Amino acid sequence: MDIALDIHRLHFAFTVTFHYLFVQLTLGLALLIFILKTLALKTGDEHYNQAVRFWAKIFAVNFALGVVTGIPMEFQFGTNWSRFSKAAGGVIGHTLAMEGLYAFFLESSFLGLLLYGEKILGRVGHWFAALAVWLGSWLSGYLIVATNAWMQRPTGYRLGPGGEILLDSWWSLVFNDWALWQYAHTITGGVITGAFVMSGVGALYLLLKKQEDFARTFLRLGVTVGVIASIVALFPTGDQQGMLVARHQPATLAAMEAHFTTGEAAPMFILGQPDVERRRIDNPFLVPGMLSFITSKRWDAEVKGLDAFSQDQWPTNIPLLYYGFHIMVGLGTIFIAIMAISFIQLRRGKLFESRPLLWILLFASPLPYVANTAGWMTAELGRQPWLIYGLMRTTEGSSAHVSSGNAMFTLLGFMGMYTLLLMLGLFMIWREIDHGPRPAQAPAPAAPLPAAQV
Amino acid sequence: MLPVLWFWIVAVMIAMYVVLDGFDLGAGAIHLAVARNDEERRMMLRSIGPVWDGNEVWLLAGGGALYFAFPALYASSFSGFYLPLMVVLWLLILRGTSVEFRSHIRNDVWRPMWDVIFSASSLLLAVFFGAALGNVVRGVPLNQEGEFFLPLWTNFQPGPEPGILDWYTILVGVFALCTLVQHGALWVAYKTPDPVRERSRAIARFCWYAVAALTVLVTIVSFRIQPHLADSFSKWPAGYVFPALAVASLAAVFVFQRRQDDLKAFLASALYIVGMLTSVVFGVFPMVLPANSDPALSLTIYNASAPEYGLRVGLWWFTPGILIAAFYFWFLYRRFAGKVRIESEGY
Repeated sequence: MDIALDIHRLHFAFTVTFHYLFVQLTLGLALLIFILKTLALKTGDEHYNQAVRFWAKIFAVNFALGVVTGIPMEFQFGTNWSRFSKAAGGVIGHTLAMEGLYAFFLESSFLGLLLYGEKILGRVGHWFAALAVWLGSWLSGYLIVATNAWMQRPTGYRLGPGGEILLDSWWSLVFNDWALWQYAHTITGGVITGAFVMSGVGALYLLLKKQEDFARTFLRLGVTVGVIASIVALFPTGDQQGMLVARHQPATLAAMEAHFTTGEAAPMFILGQPDVERRRIDNPFLVPGMLSFITSKRWDAEVKGLDAFSQDQWPTNIPLLYYGFHIMVGLGTIFIAIMAISFIQLRRGKLFESRPLLWILLFASPLPYVANTAGWMTAELGRQPWLIYGLMRTTEGSSAHVSSGNAMFTLLGFMGMYTLLLMLGLFMIWREIDHGPRPAQAPAPAAPLPAAQV
Repeated sequence: MLPVLWFWIVAVMIAMYVVLDGFDLGAGAIHLAVARNDEERRMMLRSIGPVWDGNEVWLLAGGGALYFAFPALYASSFSGFYLPLMVVLWLLILRGTSVEFRSHIRNDVWRPMWDVIFSASSLLLAVFFGAALGNVVRGVPLNQEGEFFLPLWTNFQPGPEPGILDWYTILVGVFALCTLVQHGALWVAYKTPDPVRERSRAIARFCWYAVAALTVLVTIVSFRIQPHLADSFSKWPAGYVFPALAVASLAAVFVFQRRQDDLKAFLASALYIVGMLTSVVFGVFPMVLPANSDPALSLTIYNASAPEYGLRVGLWWFTPGILIAAFYFWFLYRRFAGKVRIESEGY
């Protein structure tokens, strides 16, 4: 029984982590493509349209992988977590169904028009398709985050006579304050990925001395959006998210920081390995008082340690939670530094000649994927041992009748299939980057004219 | 009252899914047979290109509505049908990938590879969806908690310990395949010029006889497998309107095929599918998942539905949402009306 639960958890964790690799780029690129399309519309410069076509091709591959890996997510609530679905479906089914109805229909209808409809739609129509795809993907993101937020901080429900969870206020489900900040933080993470990928491609082209006019456009846009998003990820969105965790999931906060003992002027560890058994941090490198400051804006405030909570309230995987959080924060700090320096050099007109900085931008471009993944691991491991915080434990939510053998079978199937998909996806995206933005294709060879047949 | 309303909303959304994704599944199943070179195959993909993704969203939207309106049904059936659903997911992944990836590289290994994957996954999906419907009609071994788990197959008999696949559900699967192949072939005939059109028409004509024969056979067998079907129709004779719609539409398909009016034949085929699905749904009602052991354990719209507040508030966001979605579809299909042109953008 126990191993079945672990497999169900890994099943969801693996498929959702993989899915989110594509989602984050979709979220970021949808905005960047819309900005490029707006520039094309405003300036009438064909250069921007070519840039849009180039990124739309990468977007298409990425989006397709996001869609096909996303469908299993919606199914897995029922297949692998049926006891959870039976209990909570009447609540979170709302946000999930709204995602299908409001976001997926919008995205799927306009994506084809964005990719293939430039000629039939005309300039304004094509701009509108870019807008619709952007709004659709961001709306989809909101409704999924609202679903997750309800599991992090359930609101708008009441318990029935038999303890069943009943929706009580649709409004507080959809506009949960946790959802608003978590969404802002998540979306910012996606924008960071998009900005770093776009800057990275620009840097690569400049280092290779090819497509240089496009490279400059990509760097200008990527770095400008990147510096804003990197800062917003820390403040206000990351900051507010941390305060919400401190307020509503205090045990999680303590575990994220491996803060074992309640005390004033709690430090924050920059480096160090948590030793949960001995309740200490090995090789600590810390900033005194920082944790107190982050959670209550006072350097000497008391922060509850894990000792303030009974062990059955502790997150189940404290080391991984700690690392997830620290990797996210550490990389986030590095992103601010890279983007701020790049932005200053851009304003001074020196970015395009600064080869070390271009190398850094190139090699930093995969890092937001790591940071976003680590961030989601923080959220999901931090919610443990609860499936719905304070309401339902993870051990109570999995499908009771799906055996470990059957769950393992499909987990291995997904692992194999997704490995192939990832290789194919990377190969095809690399091909597009290697080709680079080209002028619009010459019209296909015309059909033989009647005159030619004479 | 609200559970009944939501029951029909979910049923109509799933019927929409079968009608819409059905034609692109059917087109996929005949992809290799009717389109013989790269140009013809690109034409096939363009005939479903801008819409297949949106068509598939009906499955997600219908599934979402099922989730919040009937959480107990969603939980029970998704975990009970665990293995076939996972197979369906893998097929959907392969199919979606093949449509989108095929066009990116032009060579004689890449494209034929995706053509085969596309066609095989479409064909198997049609069979699996049919078998799923067969399982719902036959019933599943629900326990006291309203849960069950079915292996893919046991002894291929629809007895007390059935598998997903038994002779009855396989028969329904084959029936679904023939129906969707006919449906898809009519769509392709409407969207493409000769010679693809002529080949598709030939397949559709052949399929009509298979569909007609299987309609009779599967109906007779279903009434024996699931006696409740007969009860519903004798209790509310007005329900005969659904099978009547199916029969009339099937006749119309025949007539329009002979007149070579591909669009009308396709629309008649869509109505035939709606007629058949609503007949099944009506026959099973008010059950949503019959128990094959003890009928009292069956999941019904009453014991599987969410409480009233959720169903009521759901109507508030569902109504504008579905109208907007209908508008997108109207816009998209209108933009995309008529024969496909190979020189335009895409695939």
